[in-house]
Amino acid sequence: MRAELKNYQHEQYYFKLRLGVAAFIVLGLFGLLAFRFFYLQIKQYNHYQTLAENNRISLVPIVPNRGLILDKNGVVLAHNFFVYTLEITPSKVADLEATIATISQLVEISALDRKRFNKLHEESHNFESVPIRTHLNEVEAAKFAVNHYRFPGVEIKSRLFRHYPLGKLGAHMVGYIGRINDKDLANLDKEGDLSNYKGSDHIGKSGVEQFYERYLHGTTGFQQVEIDADGRAVRVLSSTAPAPGDNIILSIDSKLQEIAETAFGEHRGALVAINPKTGEVLSYVSQPTFDPNLFVDGIDVENWKSLNDSLDKPLINRPIRGIYPPGSTFKPFVAMAGLENGKRTPPFSIHDTGYFTLPNSVHKYRDWKPGGHGMVDMQRAITISCDTFFYGLALELGIDKLAAFVSHFGFGKKTGIDIQGEIDGLLPTPEWKMRRYKQPWYQGETVIAGIGQGYTLVTPLQLAQATAILANKGVAMKPHLATQIQKAITGESQLIPTVIQDKIDLNPDNLEIVKRGMIDVTLPGGTAASVGANATYAIAAKTGTAQVIGIKQNEKYNANSINERHRDHALFIAYAPADDPKIALAVIVENGQHGGSTAGPIARKVMDYYLLGKLPAAEITPGTLKEVTKALTKPSGNHTEPVPEEELHD
Amino acid sequence: MISKLLQHMVKHIDAFLMTCLFFTLLVGLFVLYSASGQSFARVYAQGINIIVALSFMWAAANVAPNQLQRIALPLYVLGVLLLITVTLFGSISHGARRWLNLGFTLIQPSEIMRIAMPMMLAWYFSKREGKPMMADFAIGGLLLLVPVALIIKQPDLGTALLIAASGFYVLFLAGLSWKLLLGSTVLFAASTPVLWSMLHDYQRRRIEILLDPTQDPLGAGYHTIQATIALGSGGIAGKGWLKGTQAQLDFLPERTTDFIFAVFGEEFGLLGNLLLLGLFSLIILRGLVIASQAQSTFTRLLAGSITLTFFTYAFVNMGMVSGILPVVGVPLPLISYGGTSMVTLCLSFGILMSIHTHKKLVAT
Repeated sequence: MRAELKNYQHEQYYFKLRLGVAAFIVLGLFGLLAFRFFYLQIKQYNHYQTLAENNRISLVPIVPNRGLILDKNGVVLAHNFFVYTLEITPSKVADLEATIATISQLVEISALDRKRFNKLHEESHNFESVPIRTHLNEVEAAKFAVNHYRFPGVEIKSRLFRHYPLGKLGAHMVGYIGRINDKDLANLDKEGDLSNYKGSDHIGKSGVEQFYERYLHGTTGFQQVEIDADGRAVRVLSSTAPAPGDNIILSIDSKLQEIAETAFGEHRGALVAINPKTGEVLSYVSQPTFDPNLFVDGIDVENWKSLNDSLDKPLINRPIRGIYPPGSTFKPFVAMAGLENGKRTPPFSIHDTGYFTLPNSVHKYRDWKPGGHGMVDMQRAITISCDTFFYGLALELGIDKLAAFVSHFGFGKKTGIDIQGEIDGLLPTPEWKMRRYKQPWYQGETVIAGIGQGYTLVTPLQLAQATAILANKGVAMKPHLATQIQKAITGESQLIPTVIQDKIDLNPDNLEIVKRGMIDVTLPGGTAASVGANATYAIAAKTGTAQVIGIKQNEKYNANSINERHRDHALFIAYAPADDPKIALAVIVENGQHGGSTAGPIARKVMDYYLLGKLPAAEITPGTLKEVTKALTKPSGNHTEPVPEEELHD
Repeated sequence: MISKLLQHMVKHIDAFLMTCLFFTLLVGLFVLYSASGQSFARVYAQGINIIVALSFMWAAANVAPNQLQRIALPLYVLGVLLLITVTLFGSISHGARRWLNLGFTLIQPSEIMRIAMPMMLAWYFSKREGKPMMADFAIGGLLLLVPVALIIKQPDLGTALLIAASGFYVLFLAGLSWKLLLGSTVLFAASTPVLWSMLHDYQRRRIEILLDPTQDPLGAGYHTIQATIALGSGGIAGKGWLKGTQAQLDFLPERTTDFIFAVFGEEFGLLGNLLLLGLFSLIILRGLVIASQAQSTFTRLLAGSITLTFFTYAFVNMGMVSGILPVVGVPLPLISYGGTSMVTLCLSFGILMSIHTHKKLVAT
């Protein structure tokens, strides 16, 4: 009994000991929990507070309306409108094929729609909605809306579309927008603009759309939305309205633009017309052109192929990226170089026998006219485009002086126009040749440089700009397409200032000589006499021809015997009225053979309309101007049920 | 007369323990209202659960411990048989075979084991009163492992773990030698790779995610990440009742059941957490006092095991919500929504009260 009792006490003692150990462990572990709470709720409070806020609040971007692009008269060149689209969220649809098949009984879905849907579906996440049909009309939208309940996961959405009402007209100048790609994203990131493009699908890809992107795009608005774990918006906490993009007003007159483009007919080529006193670009033509509307929502493969593979290269922006030898249109500038350097002070004349030879050489540099022009002074040399005269002048000047002087007219460097992608052209010098070909410069190369042949290459814009500088007596105005940036809401306009780029002091007497020579070009006896026929204003001009393939010594150029695409390019520069120039232009007609006959008439039509408001009645039937006239009266263009502009800003 | 009846009614109710339980249950109802998205229906249902559970508690408190001792073995045998039955015929829900359909109701045999396991082992060691031998611990271990293995098989890792713990506490309090304890710890550590290979993929994944929740932020790690965000963003004083963004905006999963503590911690902050820890501590303390004053081996061991098991529930749940323990599907005792666990829990508190209030009768 005693042992048992002792045993019992012993057992109780051990039990209490164990219980004490357990209590100790309990306290220890609860202490650990308390420490953990302290760590989470005090030490890491800010961190978790931020995470909870991020969980809770989602910023929903509100995409701003893109600014409009307008011509000088307010004709809309680019605008937006809402269209109904039918969109499917693939993750919410059990059987995609069956759903599309059923939808197509209500709303027409073409094979092209299907193709585009499949392509977009592949590129996007399953939970993103993808358009199966765009541009639904009111009837179709209503038809679907009534049957909406039958199609969970399919919705009618209204999306903002960019539209170019004039289509092909001025496409290279206006440019187009396209879907933002990885490269665009990288650029935006670099410029710190990425957050402003949250929610934006599109960005300017070329032309004015690209250059003025930061004005056109506008500022993205944001809605702070409280969301639940499924991403459903519970309520709006705050909201910042988007600021619509600014409108860009161009110096272009779309009617002039249409006249210019129509004047090209089937020809390929380019035309740039500039107001020499301001640098405003009046017309900007690249032929053939394309419909920028094709690019807005991703161009389809067939259209892309046909544009990209075409021998006519419609996608090349010729005014800034097409390079051509200037040919004889270079002569007025060489003439100025000669006069200003004192090499050809009147009444200096030569006797042209039809060719020029270098001292101690038998190689004949031929004039375009077999047998020569006889007695030729500077003014006449320009009028009749006497090659022999300029061969000698160039040699006497030397290539360095020649290049240095004409570079003041903008040759060999970018003009700085407000379109991206401009190329430099080429004004060759001995240093350049050594760098490029590791070969010395030959005298003969100086000789042919005098008539704009050889290495010299210009873009149509450069040529137009050089003409404008000449017309403006040596003052170079920076060429630009946009004249005003207009606030979309207030209509307040900010003028884009005209910028003097460069200024050369030119002797008025010398300018007069060149001008007289150029005026005579369009008068009887000049190389473009037909262009000046019946003109009520004086036109100072110069024709030119640029060889596409080299003609061997002693071989005659015969237009009929060579492939059309190997025929010479026709060039024409002009400014008018000659005594008070309001327009300066350059025209290049690819394989047009002679400046006076193909390029000249195009220039005349443009000048007639710009200076006199005269329509080229004979060639242009009333129908062809329909587009522009219609656009003038009704800005929203010709698309399916576009919403009028005023309604876009709500 | 009425007061006499009332006095008789509450004779076996421990006032201190009851007060602590009352406040904890009250806190639970308030949190549940918030966690359920302000659903009165849910609070009402839980109220019913509590009333039923308290009735069981009252009944258990009025059963003398020696009678409990008598039913220990039959209850254990019944529990094991039911577990075997459920393994063979149980209905599957959420990929686990835990429920037994009796035709009129669904029962979870593992819940019976929660009570039966400590009772059985306490009964066994009370028979070996005074000097348990090594062999007794071996038998005790076997009695422990059979049902636990059956429950792991279901699979219900959380319950298995807790039942194993409740049995282990009996062995520990019965005087399992420290050497053996140490030895088995080493053995356990050594057998970890084997155990690892026995775990289900999802159980392994849970442990992996515990070690690094960011591995799977939207999947398995989501629970832990969102719960720690909820707790951490609660700060010192919390966001206020019904104002926890994590809870109210559906970011917290299972927030009325296993993760209800995250709702509490978010809305009441560190102060609330410490208060709750304090309430739990008082309950545990009272249980340990009852155990230390218990007069038979059976009641001592049972009271100690019940108390420590309650602690284990609370610790494992809060540890899992605060991200220091794996997510094992253990509800927060007295707070989480659910009838079965509430009944089991209150039943065990009833036993505690019975042990305490029947003491003098045993002594005389």
